[in-house]
Amino acid sequence: MARRAQPLSPAAGYGAAALVAALILGTLAAVAFSAEAGRGLSSADWAAVRFTLIQASLSALFSVALAVPVARALARRRFRGRSVLIALLGAPFILPVIVAILGLLAVFGRAGWVSDALALFGLEPFSIFGLHGVVLAHVFFNLPLATRLILQGWQEIPAERFRLAAQLDAGPRAMWQLLELPMLARVVPGALAVVFAICLSSFAVALTLGGGPRATTIELAIFQAFSFDFDLGRAALLSGLQLVLTALAATLALRAPVGEGFGTGLDRILRRWDGQSTLARSLDSFWIVFAGMFLLLPLLAVVLSGLPGVLSLPASVWQAALASILVAGASTLILLALALPMALAAALGRPLAMEIAGLLGLAASPLVIGTGLFILIYPIASPFALALPVTALVNAVMALPFALRILVPACRDVVARHCKLALTLDMRGWPFLRRVVLPRLRAQIGFAAGLAAALSMGDLGVIALFADPEVATLPLQVYRLMGAYQMQAAAGAALLLLVLSMGAFWILDRGGRWHAEA
Amino acid sequence: MLKLDRTRIENGGFTLTANLEIPRGARVAVIGPSGAGKSTLIEAIAGFLPLTSGRVLWEGEDLTPRLPGKRPVAMLFQDGNLFPHLTAAQNVGLGLNPNLRLSDAEHALVAQALDRVGLKGMESRKPAALSGGQQSRVALARVLVQARDILLLDEPFAALGPALKAEMLDLVAELAQESGATLLMVSHDPNDARRIADQVVLVAEGEAHAPRATADLLDNPPPALKAYLG
Repeated sequence: MARRAQPLSPAAGYGAAALVAALILGTLAAVAFSAEAGRGLSSADWAAVRFTLIQASLSALFSVALAVPVARALARRRFRGRSVLIALLGAPFILPVIVAILGLLAVFGRAGWVSDALALFGLEPFSIFGLHGVVLAHVFFNLPLATRLILQGWQEIPAERFRLAAQLDAGPRAMWQLLELPMLARVVPGALAVVFAICLSSFAVALTLGGGPRATTIELAIFQAFSFDFDLGRAALLSGLQLVLTALAATLALRAPVGEGFGTGLDRILRRWDGQSTLARSLDSFWIVFAGMFLLLPLLAVVLSGLPGVLSLPASVWQAALASILVAGASTLILLALALPMALAAALGRPLAMEIAGLLGLAASPLVIGTGLFILIYPIASPFALALPVTALVNAVMALPFALRILVPACRDVVARHCKLALTLDMRGWPFLRRVVLPRLRAQIGFAAGLAAALSMGDLGVIALFADPEVATLPLQVYRLMGAYQMQAAAGAALLLLVLSMGAFWILDRGGRWHAEA
Repeated sequence: MLKLDRTRIENGGFTLTANLEIPRGARVAVIGPSGAGKSTLIEAIAGFLPLTSGRVLWEGEDLTPRLPGKRPVAMLFQDGNLFPHLTAAQNVGLGLNPNLRLSDAEHALVAQALDRVGLKGMESRKPAALSGGQQSRVALARVLVQARDILLLDEPFAALGPALKAEMLDLVAELAQESGATLLMVSHDPNDARRIADQVVLVAEGEAHAPRATADLLDNPPPALKAYLG
């Protein structure tokens, strides 16, 4: 069939997708060519692979195992603050890793609240460094995600089934067998795969809580090969390895049927008749309080320990904060310049091509792209001079898959609803974009921009590769202060970082919805 | 004169042929069973569906290569005729300039059109603050300022109640009369055709038949139409 008339050309989107693909595949090729394949993997490299797989498996296992009872409690109880708690489950996604780590240290560290409590009973303090610390931090980040995914499974059980089960007087066992187990069998593998894939490319957590020969992830090993030994060949070899693993995990995660995790409607309340016994009630209360405390206490700790230091922050912190704001702003603009045309092209033309280009960003790890960019830039210019622009660019590419998930459905909707009317009015190109697409997508653009800004503001990844002692973003500066045992300043800077990330998200997301109409 | 010159339209495995002429200024109802291709015919004239063969001509000029917005056609759809984020005046103004850069004279024209359809004083309201009938009037005001030779209606009033629908159809007939536009409207209801159309195009069994006088056709329906009317 002949081509239909379109109000916009998808060409810009194809261009953006090609750019993203070129960046990701180009840096990969650069890495591949530098890798010394003949050398093989040292025992330290194998240890990194083993540790990466073990920590990711344990993190996935614990996150999902704890998420099941929490999601069940949230699915069948209604209480004040329920929707706030559910919204809060989305917060770790945009929480800077280094901030969470400081919070976890304050609660679970050697001098933290838990250790203090243990000391009252004459017990040894708890140490957060090593495998269990890495897993603890990953559970902190992924328990909320897993809970949202599984809660979605619970919410998708049709209300009629619960009514029928209630009619049949199904007890807890029967409910479990009839409704809950089949749903979990469908949802849990996907949740496991997603958390596993996320934890595979863990860098900042391993950098701060791991380290040493027994707790080094591949990403951390890439960083060390790079900054301690300046061994590009080894960094490239490890990058190749990391890439194979993430690609495998991403395929696994994609194959599993799983919702979006930040879908809407999670705070809808189903009418339920089961779980009215005192035991069920107290168990559910326990899990809700547990999840709430586990999420809120570290954040509370960041605020409490940061407040004294925030007024006397060293100048270096304010400089780093300015750098972070600039990077986040640039990253957000780059993201929108890529994501909007791509989302429109997905709505107008080739959804699959756009999807693949977006997914490349999920499969590629930031450190691998960073390594590749370093190899490419090194012969031409000083990579250290480009630390901030490179960080902004890589952060934008990392946020791209999420932005596409947010923008593509809305773009499809706009095109489906308004395309014909616009065409009869001869609104094409810029007028269509300005008068129809941008106003209709404001809320989604604001949300995507907010995510991108917050993610970039809190990112501690590529910047660690590229930064020389003079340049730092705020997360890197917090890390450096921690390394120098200036804990008061680190806590104050972390609080500033928390406020900046959440503030950036809030302003952009709100800005998008301000006066927006249905 | 609107001429469909041996046109053939394929739309998802379904084929419609048409070889017919509609005189300038006629008011034509397009009638036929659902799924017969009434909307397909209208959308092909508007330029949304490509022709597999044949041509669409207006006053002897070939419209086939032209984009929808470049044809002498104004069209109202079943729904989504207004942009919900724009005011009534802005929605009408789009008919004059899709970029909404309007001169003072054009602003006056918009106000005049809204006045003509009975919406004086509602210029700054958004569609959500208007009733269904008022929304239809805004869309008609836009058609008025577009001042195109051909007006295509794909059942834009289907969601309105019977009295309101009749009122809208009468308004359409008046506006078409005033501007001299050629009107083609898809309809399910033979009463709509009797109300404002002087001719009827029957679409059935993959073919759009040449127009016939309304009363004549409806009173002596051919078998395909008879089966539909019941």
